[in-house]
Parts: sequence; structure tokens; C-alpha cells
Amino acid sequence: MIQTTQLSKKYGPVEVLHIDALEIPTGQSFGLVGNNGAGKTTFFNILLDLVRPTTGSIINHDFQVNTTEEWKTFTGSFIDESFLIGYLTPEEYFEFIGDLRGLNKADVKTFLTFFEEFFNGEIVGRKKYLRDLSKGNQKKVGIVASMMGNPKVIILDEPFANLDPTTQIRLKKIIKELTENREITVLISSHDLTHVTEVCERIVVLEKGNIVKDIETSAETLQELESYFAV
Amino acid sequence: MIAHFLKLEWKQYFRSSYWQKSIFLNILLGFFALYFMASFLIIGIGGYYILKDQFPEQDPLVLVNGFLMYVIVGDLIFRYIMQKLPVMNIKPLLILPVNKKKIVHFILTKSSLSIFNLFGLFFYIPFAVVLIVNGYDTAGALAWLFSMILVIQSANFFNFLVNKNNKVFAGLLAILIIGYSIEKFEVFNLAGFIGEGFDAVYANPIYALLFLVLLIVLYNFNYKQLRNEVYLDALISQEVKEAKSFDLAFTDRFGDIAPFIKNDLRLIVRNKRTKSSLWMLLMGLLYGLIFYTQPIYADKEWVFVLVGIFSTGVFLMNFGQFIPAWDSSYYKMLMSQNIKYERYLKSKFMIMTISVVLLFLLGIPYVYFGWKVLAVHFAAMIYNIGVNTHVIMFGGSFNRKKINLDEKAAFNYQGTGAVQWLIGIPLMLFPMALFGLISWLVNFETAVITLLVLGFAGIAFHKNLMKFITHKYQESKYKMIHAFNQEN
Repeated sequence: MIQTTQLSKKYGPVEVLHIDALEIPTGQSFGLVGNNGAGKTTFFNILLDLVRPTTGSIINHDFQVNTTEEWKTFTGSFIDESFLIGYLTPEEYFEFIGDLRGLNKADVKTFLTFFEEFFNGEIVGRKKYLRDLSKGNQKKVGIVASMMGNPKVIILDEPFANLDPTTQIRLKKIIKELTENREITVLISSHDLTHVTEVCERIVVLEKGNIVKDIETSAETLQELESYFAV
Repeated sequence: MIAHFLKLEWKQYFRSSYWQKSIFLNILLGFFALYFMASFLIIGIGGYYILKDQFPEQDPLVLVNGFLMYVIVGDLIFRYIMQKLPVMNIKPLLILPVNKKKIVHFILTKSSLSIFNLFGLFFYIPFAVVLIVNGYDTAGALAWLFSMILVIQSANFFNFLVNKNNKVFAGLLAILIIGYSIEKFEVFNLAGFIGEGFDAVYANPIYALLFLVLLIVLYNFNYKQLRNEVYLDALISQEVKEAKSFDLAFTDRFGDIAPFIKNDLRLIVRNKRTKSSLWMLLMGLLYGLIFYTQPIYADKEWVFVLVGIFSTGVFLMNFGQFIPAWDSSYYKMLMSQNIKYERYLKSKFMIMTISVVLLFLLGIPYVYFGWKVLAVHFAAMIYNIGVNTHVIMFGGSFNRKKINLDEKAAFNYQGTGAVQWLIGIPLMLFPMALFGLISWLVNFETAVITLLVLGFAGIAFHKNLMKFITHKYQESKYKMIHAFNQEN
């Protein structure tokens, strides 16, 4: 369960995020949509304690994120390419993240076998540094790394952008499988309404930092969202 | 069109956050440039008279000409190391209705106005003026000056063509060394031979046109080469090197800090910036030879401290001063991972300590210059481990500058702020002053012991110091994340 209370973030006089209350129960697949500058990434950054909130707080499974660090043991995330270490090969990167998350070399290997299809033979064993991979392939590495070490919470910012159609479909499958047992909470932000309605059971729309819609996904959701954004 | 280009360049320069943030550094570099210009100017004006005074029976112009080979080759070497190749962000221009020819000509013209081409003029112009004033043939002196300007421009475009090719660099060094040694052993006076060529220009001004031809040829080569590269594939397709993995299993004995140590080792060998600072190790190690081989320093024991601290701590200072900026490009990720800051910092401490011990061991041959040297180096090693590592890591918590790992290191001030300049004082000057003071007041042995005691005290309080430093880093976490997010 992730609880947000009285959260706001101001840069100077400009308020970029204002969420009075938002509760995300454990096991939910949660989608965040909104136009540029709506505050999606800011919310994720605060949730990961990379940015300090001006007021309020977020509690991630009983741990307040800006006062403890315990939540890091069960939270995996991929925000952007700056989460990757350019001079490592994908294998070395997975090994490094695995080390930090308590997986040994063999664990990492078994873990990666689940993603062979997702990688499509373009990641492992190619003898390339991460900095030399294409944007899409870098993204694949980051997304998979965020799932290492059995996290309870997975945060993905714009996971579908830059991925090819096949990989997008595979990623949707993976996310659905993750939340199947209702143990892992997945938070996704996206500009692609189709994808996000397909994967997420709940969708929150942000506009200029405020929650303007909080929808339980149904057959009509996509249409509702499309008409909302078609202004 | 040219006006547009110039406007773009101007904005690029003054709007870069690098410029805006480090005015202090730019002023410093500006002073250096002024200093060089002033020096050249003074030599240019006074050179004729000094030479006349020192070698009354020889012609100053002939003397200068005889030395020009070294100047030209030296200039090329200097450019090779220092001069940045002219670049322009042409990608946005490619799809606009801009003539590609124009872009190339603009880039080349811009490069010919580089500061490296101006320095020389501050010598040659006043020297030529003095020649004319002193009754030399005006046409000859002007032709000579004209040739020199053409030579400088040719060097500029030659450097551009060479494009950081190591083989050519080696060739230049070889010319310099061979030219010097065959002159020394009186086999052949290469520099004098080339000098005669310049004498001929003075005698027959028409020969200056040869240099013009040289410049035009070089310019055309450059033009052709660049014109071929005004395409995206040339811009984007950098050669992708195959990743080389090597076994770092030996680091596993460091336990929970092993992953960070592995990472740092890979960081060092796989990035341009860090790789070129490996050369600094060799320089640091050999630093002592500059002092110890000179008898005047033989009894100046404070010099031993300087050499000791520097030669065992060269890696410590080079690497340490940019903690944690080395990891700036993925700092956000590190901060969202389940790591203890202490472990992260401890791995840095370990790497620096190992380097210090290793450099001390490699420096043991310095015992040749006396046991005192080795004793001081040993004390310096302990001092480096106990005091300097902690000081430099503490200084790191004030780091707010991102480092782009792909840049070269020589004269690369990216990531350098006032902190890096200030931190050098306690690192080197403090132990030197302390040592000097005590060995002057008491004696040599006590001074060595003082350094040892300070070092061992630092090692003994390592845990507490680390706690304090870790706290500092935690405090500035958000500021660092924010700062490392800014592109330079």
C-alpha cells in the first residue's frame, strides 16, 4: 500500500504537484496519465526520494520515503536512461544491480532466462556497452533491472516509449503476469492511452499537478480518456 | 548566413551552463592567455636585442630561423594535446536550406581564428617590426612574417587533418628527438637546414608563396574530408567497440563493497576521461626524479614530503577529487537502490588506499637517494591513508558538477569548481608546512613521527570519520541529484 497525504511540490511560486490524498493498495496495477508537465515524473521522483516534497509525504508499505530508506529493499524502478551505467555491458549491469539486491551470479542468470523472449536476443551476449545500445534496447535493460530481487513495488516512467511494437506487447504481458497474484504493485506512467488502459486496473489523470480523474478501468475507459484529452 | 552562424556560436558559448557557472575559472584561463601573450610580446620586441647582445657576430634572424623547426614541431605537439578540433552542432542545420559548402567553410574559417593561432603572432609581428626598424629589407621581413603566419595556419589545418592520430604524434616526437640528437652528435644540422629555407624567404620574398600553396593544399584536403562528413551517418555512426570483459572475481574478497569496487575499476579502464588520467600515475611516480636528481634539494627534507604525498597520492587526488561526480550520470539510480551510503564511500576509500600502498611499493627504488627519502615516503603513505583520503571524501560532499566520462582529461576542467582548487591546500601544503616546521624546531625524526601519528590517528578513527562524512553526503543528496541532472 502506498499512501500519499497532503503532498505538494513547488518550484518557487509555481506549484507543479498537489495531491491531497491518494491511496494505492497492494497488488494494484496503477496507471498515471497526463499531458507534459502534469507532474507524473515529479510524483515518481518524490516517491523514490529523489526530490523533496514541499509539504506532505508518501508512505510506501509503512515506511515514509523521505525519512527512512527501508522501502528501497522492496522497490524497483526505472525512470530514464540516467538509471543505466553506460560503461557496463548489460550482463555486468544486471550483476551489479543483482548484487545490490541480494542476488548472486547464478540467481541473476536464472532471473534473466525469464526475459529471453523480451530481450529478443538483442541484449545478452552482444558484447556491447550500454551506452552503445539503441534507446529501445537500453529501455529493455532498465525495465528488467527494475524487476530484480522480488520487489513489492515497481515504478516505471513511460515504459512503452521507444519500444518496438513486439516488445510493447511482450511488456504488457509481463506487467499483467506481475500483478496476477496481487502481491506486486506496479506504477506506470504513460502517454499512450491504449496501452495504459490495457494494463492498468486503475487510472489517475493528472493535470497541472492535480488529480482530475480517478477511474477504475472498464470497457469504456479508453473512450472516456480519449474524449477527455481531445480538447 | 555567416552572421547567423556567428550568432549561434555566440549563444552556444555564453548560454552553456558551463560558462555561466564557472566564471571564476574562465577568468583564470583568461589571465593565463593574457600572460602568454604578454610574454610573447616582450620576447618579440626584446628578442632581437637579446640575441644581438648574446651572439654579436651572428644575425639574429638566422638564429631564430635555425630554431624554427623546433618551434613548429613543438607547436604541432602542443596543438595535438591541447587544441580542440573545431566543432559545430550541424545536425539541426542539415535539414534546413543551408548550403553544405558554407557550413564547411565556416567551420574551417572559424578554426583558423583559434587562440592557438594568435599566440605566435604576438612574437612574430613585433619581431618583424623590430627587424625593419633595424634596417632589414622591408620586403624580405614582411615576406618572412607572411610565411610565418602561413606556417601557423598550415599547422592549424594539419592538426585538423591529423585528428588526434597517435601515429602522427609519435612521428612528431621522433622528428624532435632525432633532429636534436643528430645535431648534438654533429651528424647533420636538420634545424639549421630548415632554417636556411626561411633565410631564403627573406632573401627572395617570392618564396613565401610556397607556403601559401601549402596552406591552400591543406585547406582543400580539410575541405574535402569535412564535406564528406556533413551527413548524419558520419556524425552518428561512431565505431562501436566490442566490450571487453575481464575477470574481477578477485575483488570478491572485499565482501559487500565488492560490487562498487568492480564498478569503479570498470569506470577507470573504460572511459576516456579516466583512462587518460592513468598517465598521471606514471607522472606522479616519476615526480621525485625532478627533485631528487638535483643536488640543491638533497638536504631540503620538506621536499621529500611534497614528493612523498604526491607520488603515493597521485591517484588519490585525481580520483578522489571527483567523488561522487564520477557516478554523476547514474547518481539517481544509485540513490533509488538499496545501498548504504557508507558502503559506497567505503569502496572509494578502499580503492584509494590500495592505490596509495601500491604506489608506495613501486616508489621504493627512491631509497637510492637515501633512507631518509624512503622514511618520509612511508610516513606520507600513512598520512595519505589516514588523513588525505578522509579529507578528499569530505570535500567530495561539496561536489556539484557533473562529469561527462567521454571527454579527455588534459585541461578538461569539467567538474572542477573552487572546491577542487582549495582542497589541494590541506592535502599537500599542510603536511609539508607541518613537517618543515617540526623538523626545523625539533628534528627530522620527530617530524616523520608526527606525520605517522596523524596518519595512524586517522586510521584509528576511520569509522567515526566515515560516519561524519556519510552524514555530510546524505545532507546534500538532493542538491547533488539536482546538480548532476544538469547538462554542461
